[in-house]
Amino acid sequence: MPEIHLWSGLRHLAGGEEIVAVEGNTIGQMLDALVAKHPRLEPAIKAGVSVAVDGQIKPNNRASKVSEESEIFLLQKLRGG
Amino acid sequence: MSKHHVSATVNGDPVEYLCDPRETLLDCLRDHLGVMGVKEGCGTGDCGACSVTVDGRLVCSCLVLGVEAEGAEIGTVEGMGTEGNLHVLQEKFIEHAALQCGICTPGILVAAEALLKKNPDPSETELRYWLAGNLCRCTGYDKIIRAVMDAAADMREAS
Amino acid sequence: MALDSGKPKFKYIGTRPNRPDGLDKVTGRARYGADISAPGMLHGAILRSPHAHAKILKIDASKALALKGVKAVVTRADFADGLSGEDWNIQENCMAGEKALYDGHAVAAVAATSALIARDAIKLIDVDYEPLPHVTDVDAAMAEGAPVIRDGAADYSVPEGLHPNVVRYFESGRGDLDEGFAKADLVLKRHYTTEAAHQGYIEPHACLAQLGADGKGELWCCTQGHWYVRQMCAAALGLEVSQLKVTPSEIGGGFGGKTTVFIDPVALALSRKAGGKPVKLVMSRSEVLRATGPTASASMDIKMGMTKDGKITAASGTYRMQGGAFPGAPVDETTVLAFANYNIEHVHHVGYDVMSNRPKQAAYRAPGAPMAAFGTESIIDEMATQLGLDPLEIRLKNAVKEGVRATYGPKFPAVGLIETLEAAQSHDNYAVPLGPNQGRGVASGFWLNWGGDTSASVAISEDGTVAVTVGTPDIGGSRASMALMAAEAFGIPYENVRVHIGDTASLGINEPTHGSRATYASGLAVIQSAKECIQKLSKRAAEAWGIDPDAVIWEDGFARPSGPNAGEFEPMSIAEIAGNMSSSGGPISGHFEASPETYGGSFGTHVVDVEVDPETGRTTVLRYLVVQDAGKAIHPSYVEGQFQGGAAQGIGWALNEEYIYGEDGRLQNPIFLDYRVPVASDLPMIDTVIVEVPNPGHPYGVRGVGETGITPPLPAIANAIAAATGVRFTKLPLTPPRVLAGIKAAKNA
Ligand code: FES
Ligand code: FES
Repeated sequence: MPEIHLWSGLRHLAGGEEIVAVEGNTIGQMLDALVAKHPRLEPAIKAGVSVAVDGQIKPNNRASKVSEESEIFLLQKLRGG
Repeated sequence: MSKHHVSATVNGDPVEYLCDPRETLLDCLRDHLGVMGVKEGCGTGDCGACSVTVDGRLVCSCLVLGVEAEGAEIGTVEGMGTEGNLHVLQEKFIEHAALQCGICTPGILVAAEALLKKNPDPSETELRYWLAGNLCRCTGYDKIIRAVMDAAADMREAS
Repeated sequence: MALDSGKPKFKYIGTRPNRPDGLDKVTGRARYGADISAPGMLHGAILRSPHAHAKILKIDASKALALKGVKAVVTRADFADGLSGEDWNIQENCMAGEKALYDGHAVAAVAATSALIARDAIKLIDVDYEPLPHVTDVDAAMAEGAPVIRDGAADYSVPEGLHPNVVRYFESGRGDLDEGFAKADLVLKRHYTTEAAHQGYIEPHACLAQLGADGKGELWCCTQGHWYVRQMCAAALGLEVSQLKVTPSEIGGGFGGKTTVFIDPVALALSRKAGGKPVKLVMSRSEVLRATGPTASASMDIKMGMTKDGKITAASGTYRMQGGAFPGAPVDETTVLAFANYNIEHVHHVGYDVMSNRPKQAAYRAPGAPMAAFGTESIIDEMATQLGLDPLEIRLKNAVKEGVRATYGPKFPAVGLIETLEAAQSHDNYAVPLGPNQGRGVASGFWLNWGGDTSASVAISEDGTVAVTVGTPDIGGSRASMALMAAEAFGIPYENVRVHIGDTASLGINEPTHGSRATYASGLAVIQSAKECIQKLSKRAAEAWGIDPDAVIWEDGFARPSGPNAGEFEPMSIAEIAGNMSSSGGPISGHFEASPETYGGSFGTHVVDVEVDPETGRTTVLRYLVVQDAGKAIHPSYVEGQFQGGAAQGIGWALNEEYIYGEDGRLQNPIFLDYRVPVASDLPMIDTVIVEVPNPGHPYGVRGVGETGITPPLPAIANAIAAATGVRFTKLPLTPPRVLAGIKAAKNA
């Protein structure tokens, strides 16, 4: 199962876990599975997050593929100027 | 309030307009005469985007009333060069990439031309102080200064 | 291909042709936001609150409406109901509802037959205000007892017990700070502040709007992103998005401040109320400063640990950021980027997004990054001084590179920080001897860049020339970059490409020209669209020759058989294929719609020398060097221009620019005379070095370059002043009175 790294401000919403393993082949499926596992994360995910998959930051692409080996980090929602 | 009739010359052409005594020359050029190369960046004389010449003197047109232009000869960027025959300054601005957004460009061209008429060989410092009334937020002035210095050198050679 | 050529060779990219819109812009012909009119047009004006915080009890517009020439007055009642989230924030900011939230907040607007009548009419509107206590300082706004801007504005992230003005909270990091600090030989803790600075674009916001009772509208405006404008206006007015067409004018600077709306929904509402007549609305400079977005101000506590030889062992930062009367201060970016230049094992960030009675902050070039850099790069510099280490060496020792895990989590792809540090080190400027009262400062900065929704189309014309349409307004020469990339892809002259900025009806959605994305994302879209065209062009040639399309290659604007096996045919030019287009299968075009994600971040390092007059405290910038990674510079002149412009804005922020509020909560410096941006005589030439570490995610290696340049100047200037005076300043801006006071205090100590 791919693992999602949470930023520390989110951890108290995920029972203190820093890394959460969830099922999913896409970012969207993983985020849904993450919320299913830790419902208190829902507002954070809804407010918008950026997801880094293997170093590449994907701002809002739920369809983007992830694999077992992917290294996945949630980041604050980033914007440009 | 009743309007005033004003006759003047803009870039060599005779013009007439009716203006409210509260309107600035900038308003009159833009709204009554359609001379849109004159820009408003501040309306308080601080940015130089509205630079024009009145009887050869460089002014901020936002600080001149429309009625004051009676009988005056006004010069704007539109009078600097023609499509096929640009002023050297205009050519150099394009060549040196001395504009990014370009909103400050008409005012800076008019101001630079006024300087070179008085002083064909300004030092970099003289040029920087002369243009200190013309704000550019995009370029950091580097390429503007280079373009004007280069144009001045070309103009000296040609004269 | 030669063995040493790992990088592709280019024919057009990297050259410096004249920009396609140059002639328009040096002759005064280019049309900006305020430069267009329509038959029967009305003029708008906006009435703004003189109070920093006040209940709006009643608005009586009867006297205004009685004035001859007045055609409509609008208040919040003329906008859509029931909005939430950012749509509500934007609507509320464009027109106040129950409360005026800052000095300059719009409360009503008028449309009249002339601008003078409109301005007279707003003075005739009677507004009953009940003034409320206000707060315009970030630390005060978080303190117990501070007036609450809006109860219930905080989101899920805010822990209990914080003031209701704290509306978002962030915490991130890794490792164990105690362990990290324990390994340090030197631990330093400092408090830093930066003030709100305005983007300062020279063109005030302006638009021409028309909206009928049928819900169909048209809007012409100066904006960085017209699809954003369309969505925001449609939401504020309750329109179907597609019924509104937005056409971008030329834009006189934006720097992030024109990625949102302030007056456009108001102009549309006035037009609707005036029976569908077009309404022109143009802001004055003081309206721009009072009521559009400056960036957030910041109050920061930074702590760093370092070994004797300069290795950073741990770092932590707390960032309190004031985004005005709405949520949205860029604390997300600040915390992500704070220590991102360096490879630090133990790191921790805390961020607060705080509301106060100031205008709604807007994005400003690398939003959030310059403040973060001011803290980090200042403290590193102070530690370098204390440890007797070279400031560039210390950065090299800690710099991130490919494969290093960023402080925000993932591993870096190929990035160019080390290359910029080395280039700065070997630059002549770094070796110029300094005189008395002179000092040298260095700092590095980073911006992640951005991809985002991107649509573009490329169409082949009958004569083989190419029309490119992109959705990102050209603020600094991007038409030239697009044309260069198209020319390169097709192998045709630059002059044979014409680049257009499409309106909202001519392309799919696009994000604005922001996030340093235009050249990267629109450029990528143009290259991909061109490739689609080339495929179609090659196929037409193959069909004409009766060979397999795979046996055709495209080279320098010609289709050619790929080799002797493919057959012997004369190469067919783009013009020839285009000329036969109609009889060979019809139009040929290519397009691209996606959200590219392979943007690469851009690092930069600045070196500045200053001289400080010990009598007056005035700082003169003697020389300035910007070194930045562009990946691949498409048009180097405009890349340099971005570097120089970013540096100049940063210098202004460091030395002069600030929002000054009085006790009454009103902005005291709402004109350019008092909000002083750098002028030509304030600056030296700004030297540039373009470093090129190709972005592996772009066909030509491009990285966005627009924003990074504003990040290092704040600390670089402060570091230089510290070197010149021996006094550390931790509060910006470094105005002469502040510097003089610092020098005097140090003397007396
Ligand atoms: S508009 Fe006249 S000086 Fe700014
Ligand atoms: S080029 Fe934009 S203000 Fe000068």
